[in-house]
Amino acid sequence: MRRVIRHRLFWPIVALLVLIAINTIARPQFIGITVRNGQLYGALIDILRNSAPLMLVALGMTIVIATRGIDLSVGAVMAVSGAVALTIIDASSDPTGVGTVAVAVLAALGVSLALGMWNGLLVSVVGIQPIIATLVLMLAGRGVALLITDGFITTVNSPPYSFIATGYLIGLPVAFLISLTAIIVIALFERRTALGVLTEAVGINPEASRLAGVRARGIVFTAYAVTGLLAGIAGIIYSANIRAADANATGLFIELYAILAVVLGGTSLMGGKFTIAGTVVGVLTIQTLESTILFLGVPSAQSPVFFAIVVIVVVIVQSPRLHAWARSAFRARARGAASDSSIDKAKVAS
Amino acid sequence: MTAIDTRPKPAETFASRYSTFLRRRASLMPTLSAVVILIALLIGARVRFANFLSPGNLSALLLDNAYLIVLAVGLTLVIITGGIDLSVGSVMAFTGILCASLLAQGLPAFLVVPIMLVGGALIGLLIGVLVQYFNVQPFIASLAGLFLARGLAFVVSLSSIRVEDPAILWLQRTRWSVGGWYITPTGIIALLVVAIAFFVMHWTRFGRTVYAIGGSEQSARLMGLDVARTKVLVYVISGVCGGLAGLLLTAYSGAGYPRNGIGTELDAIAAVVIGGTLLTGGTGYVLGSLIGVLVYGTIKKLISFMGAEQSWMQIIIGALLLVFIVVQRLIVARSQRRGR
Repeated sequence: MRRVIRHRLFWPIVALLVLIAINTIARPQFIGITVRNGQLYGALIDILRNSAPLMLVALGMTIVIATRGIDLSVGAVMAVSGAVALTIIDASSDPTGVGTVAVAVLAALGVSLALGMWNGLLVSVVGIQPIIATLVLMLAGRGVALLITDGFITTVNSPPYSFIATGYLIGLPVAFLISLTAIIVIALFERRTALGVLTEAVGINPEASRLAGVRARGIVFTAYAVTGLLAGIAGIIYSANIRAADANATGLFIELYAILAVVLGGTSLMGGKFTIAGTVVGVLTIQTLESTILFLGVPSAQSPVFFAIVVIVVVIVQSPRLHAWARSAFRARARGAASDSSIDKAKVAS
Repeated sequence: MTAIDTRPKPAETFASRYSTFLRRRASLMPTLSAVVILIALLIGARVRFANFLSPGNLSALLLDNAYLIVLAVGLTLVIITGGIDLSVGSVMAFTGILCASLLAQGLPAFLVVPIMLVGGALIGLLIGVLVQYFNVQPFIASLAGLFLARGLAFVVSLSSIRVEDPAILWLQRTRWSVGGWYITPTGIIALLVVAIAFFVMHWTRFGRTVYAIGGSEQSARLMGLDVARTKVLVYVISGVCGGLAGLLLTAYSGAGYPRNGIGTELDAIAAVVIGGTLLTGGTGYVLGSLIGVLVYGTIKKLISFMGAEQSWMQIIIGALLLVFIVVQRLIVARSQRRGR
């Protein structure tokens, strides 16, 4: 039992289960999953589907944070990616063709990868603080996206493109399958090869790992490049879902939610040890919380208050000071109990 | 570079003076280059548009950016301690809409303004306590502040509220002019904030403690400086600045709007960095942040003069930020080499 409680995923999973339990009690249909035409529907499936962009971004963010970095530009990269894809589809003579969509998606992914590599270059080669290096792209990226779409919100009607976000394959939403694939690929690379350990080494002590022969520069560079690519996929899913490229609204605040998901999952912002499973739980918690807030009838604009409270509670629960207090309070009580029993013994003796 | 004596002198003396200046005042270099860029921008704008340097236009530069100046000043203090405050834009929106809402309910302005400042201070206090006593990283703690303030702004009101109160509108509508130049009370408040912050940072114990914490928190603590109080106070000051900026923005726009200031924290950070404050802490100037905001405001005005799309604004600010960061990086690398 103690081992279960001590496991670092224990509290994140408890938080998620509590949220799901509250929802189920409040509205029993929440837990239900129905099958229609061989496709799964239900509130839980919706959460899985809607969490795809955040999941992709948070996965990349986990790796970047593990290297002691941070990537603020993911939202801007999403906006650029969506803008590139939709502009290509919009300009083509055959917007409903599968070939057009494939070209658009590949172009968007290429651009996103390049943007991620730019971040990686600034951080690993030029040696700029990650917050600032990615702030540059965060500021400039939305401007670039606006330039690509000419300042308009580009809308397209392309069934193959919409399929990416709203379609179903083998009974499951395509968006969820994409994020599931990303989780598996990242987990395999990080946990079944030495890459994960090397990433943690770079995050724990960059200088020591360099002296030990770890190619820190390449690992950090790759982390940002992969994050850019994942943000690009997220941007495609997002724009496919709303069938529009809105340079200002796409991925707004997603960097903050992604960081929140990573922290909720138990990865420290100080870098080093990271957990992919934790991030997955963190993302699902955020998405469930969002769905709960929506269900409660709170205007979605006000939902940040709930997130603020969650962040504050989580960071205080994780803080060493609270643990010290809890420990000393526990000990004091144990001591009190011990002295009580000795008094009892004394009474018995007399 | 331009600040150096330019009278003809033997080249050797000039070179040695130059290098001495560089060695002693390396931390001033980013701020000085911001001044050079500002002057170059203004001259370039004058060449392109004959009426750009008109007194009215330059006065407007100060007034349009009064709220950003106040935010940047508060943020400068936080960044000099080595922290960051992402909440400033949201705090501004929250206090702004709170102001409009309370005024609409009939509260007098002399009560509403202190309430705004206290509201900002409380959010700052929350961030400061999280950072100092719960060991939360400033980034995450102020992120919580950002969410909280933004959400509270929408809790106060989902839509914009007009301000009719004469005292608040007086701040923006009154114009004292001297030969084409004019200034409003909002501009005076912004300049006053800069002046007070300048005095506090360079002539008080608190200011020196702020610099000491940024230089090395451990050393500051070992020297017996009150690190805990100063760090919390810095975030409270930033929160109060957010509240004041909310007042200025409400007066400026004549309304409270919960969507105000989305992304303003980034503008403020960019202005502070362009003004020569190092994000690693320990080095920076309040006056530099004023210059940074003016550079920002000039670029914005220039773009609107050129009739270009505002999307260029974001790209140019991003590029400028990059240039400054690389310059700072080189300076830091150089001083570290010298240190060894």
